[in-house]
Amino acid sequence: MEFFLQLLLNGVVVGSIYSLVGLGFVVIYKSTSVLNFAQGEFLVLGAYICLTLTVQYQVPFFWAFLLTLVFSALMGILTERLILRPMIGEPVISLIMVTLGLSSLLKAIVQGIWGTELQPFPNIFPAEPVRIGPLPVSQGYLYSLLSVAVLLILFTLFFKYTRSGVAMRATAFSQQVSLSMGISVKRIFALAWSIAAVVSAIGGVLLAGVRGGLDGAMAFFGLKVIPVVILGGLDSIAGAIVGGPIMGILENLAGGYLDPLVGGGAKEVAPFVVLVLILTIKPYGLFGKIKIERV
Amino acid sequence: MRCGDFRQSYAEDMSLFESPLPRVLLAGLLVFLLVLPGFASTYWLDVLSRIFIAIIAATGLNVVTGYTGLISLGTAAFLAVGGFATAAMAGKAGLPFVVVIPLSGLLTALVGLVFGIPSLRLKGLYLAVATLAAHYIVEFIVTHWDAMTGGVNGISVPPAHFAGLALSDDRSMYYLILPVMVGLLFFTKNLFRTKVGKAFVAIRDQDISAEVMGVDVFRYKLLSFAVSSFIIGVAGSLLAYQARLISPENFPITLAIDYLGMVIIGGLGSILGSIFGAIFITLLPEMLRLATDALGSYWPSLMVIVAPIKTGVFGLVVVLFLIFEPDGMAARWNHIKAYWKLYPFSY
Repeated sequence: MEFFLQLLLNGVVVGSIYSLVGLGFVVIYKSTSVLNFAQGEFLVLGAYICLTLTVQYQVPFFWAFLLTLVFSALMGILTERLILRPMIGEPVISLIMVTLGLSSLLKAIVQGIWGTELQPFPNIFPAEPVRIGPLPVSQGYLYSLLSVAVLLILFTLFFKYTRSGVAMRATAFSQQVSLSMGISVKRIFALAWSIAAVVSAIGGVLLAGVRGGLDGAMAFFGLKVIPVVILGGLDSIAGAIVGGPIMGILENLAGGYLDPLVGGGAKEVAPFVVLVLILTIKPYGLFGKIKIERV
Repeated sequence: MRCGDFRQSYAEDMSLFESPLPRVLLAGLLVFLLVLPGFASTYWLDVLSRIFIAIIAATGLNVVTGYTGLISLGTAAFLAVGGFATAAMAGKAGLPFVVVIPLSGLLTALVGLVFGIPSLRLKGLYLAVATLAAHYIVEFIVTHWDAMTGGVNGISVPPAHFAGLALSDDRSMYYLILPVMVGLLFFTKNLFRTKVGKAFVAIRDQDISAEVMGVDVFRYKLLSFAVSSFIIGVAGSLLAYQARLISPENFPITLAIDYLGMVIIGGLGSILGSIFGAIFITLLPEMLRLATDALGSYWPSLMVIVAPIKTGVFGLVVVLFLIFEPDGMAARWNHIKAYWKLYPFSY
């Protein structure tokens, strides 16, 4: 029972980070119809920059974190301006390939600057665990869960009430109508990419903090978010929020109970098995907009 | 007066060669490739063999992605299936390569059919994601089916035997790979002169119109997956014979991305494009290695970052091609050809 609860808790914590990074996916997909395969590299890059600022330049963590966010936002805008804007109107294969190319490029930059070894990440959370019922829970998990929850609420409010948020939803609904209402669609695209880069960087810092270490392999997290957003529905923010914990719990349960049977690796493959099932049964996910096309 | 290249019948329009000259040039190239092992070093023979295998696999991917418009991230998984099938059939069952290579292709085609089933309902982005998932599932299976695939340690493949001779060195492998490549290239080139190939192209251009015109879209999509994965499976089989030791690590997702990069850089929906792309992407690391070897003595720190440089240059090239020449090297080649055809009187 305790094992089960532990798996459940791990699942919720990892899943909450999935939700956060998934939010970045959905924001980009909703407004620009691009699936960003470079999300994982955004995550790693953000975490490395935060690490370098705190360890090498001795910047206090809070300011380092803020600087990371500023940098990520700029990088998102730059990516959109230099790479994605020339691709407007190109076929899907080009859009997929350009983000795959971008991911190779960013991976190379990360490896070239920071190498491939695992680097210890500073303890941003207090180390001693707290007890919830029978379970010892590390404080990092709680803080991570809490910050993701706060962020998701903030973003929901942002999309619901602020001027830019409403403009983003309008653009997602119809680019032509938004243009004729005086919304700068280009600005919205840039905003979407910078939001995606910022949430990825936050996710990267939280993940590195929870793991206590950082290396390039963490970029795989970006690919594992794809099943999450497909489960929730590619164009649904609520879907990403709900899908994260579901997928997190699922993969941890699979890892906990199936790994002894199959000899490891079940945790990595389980989300993709679920992904195939969703795609064959309900391709538009739990909350996605259903487009019926019979060919 | 006739000036230029006129085609006056359908048969002429569909012919493989526009004029006698390309036929002669192609025959010349073939003869050159056949006599090349007489004077090329084993290093270059090895590189050429790898280029040929890449050309086969890139052509296979181009059938499904370039010609039928179904985006597949499953190339690495297909190569793995072909490779491990060869390891099992040649190593465990001891079958000769003339049986093993086609059987590996057929087995991969079968797996390709299963991959293709989601395309019943999915296209574009969703299909790409489905093939991505399939890649990880295949990777999981080949890593964990120890009895068949040797697991993470990999499995060794016995050399192919021909007339009592073991094809174990680079020169004999070259002579095994070259005819297979030429045969498959001609097969693919001709495929798109037939009803089946035209159905593929119709589905890519407009699936609804294709359905209206009487193309059974789902059947042809599956067929496209099958043909494509057969070709890639053959490439995987040759890869296994050439490498002699394969493990799941040889088939990462980045390999699938490399192949997608080849068909994009070369040109989607073009055999020539697959050839250009495969040559370019396979030579890229070799050229970078030569460059770093030459510069290494002046700038030793370069040697450390050679792996990221390869990844980075690949990403940069893909992005630049997509922005500035989305139709790939094949389109650029045709522009150049058209320019010189009527030079200097281009109007």
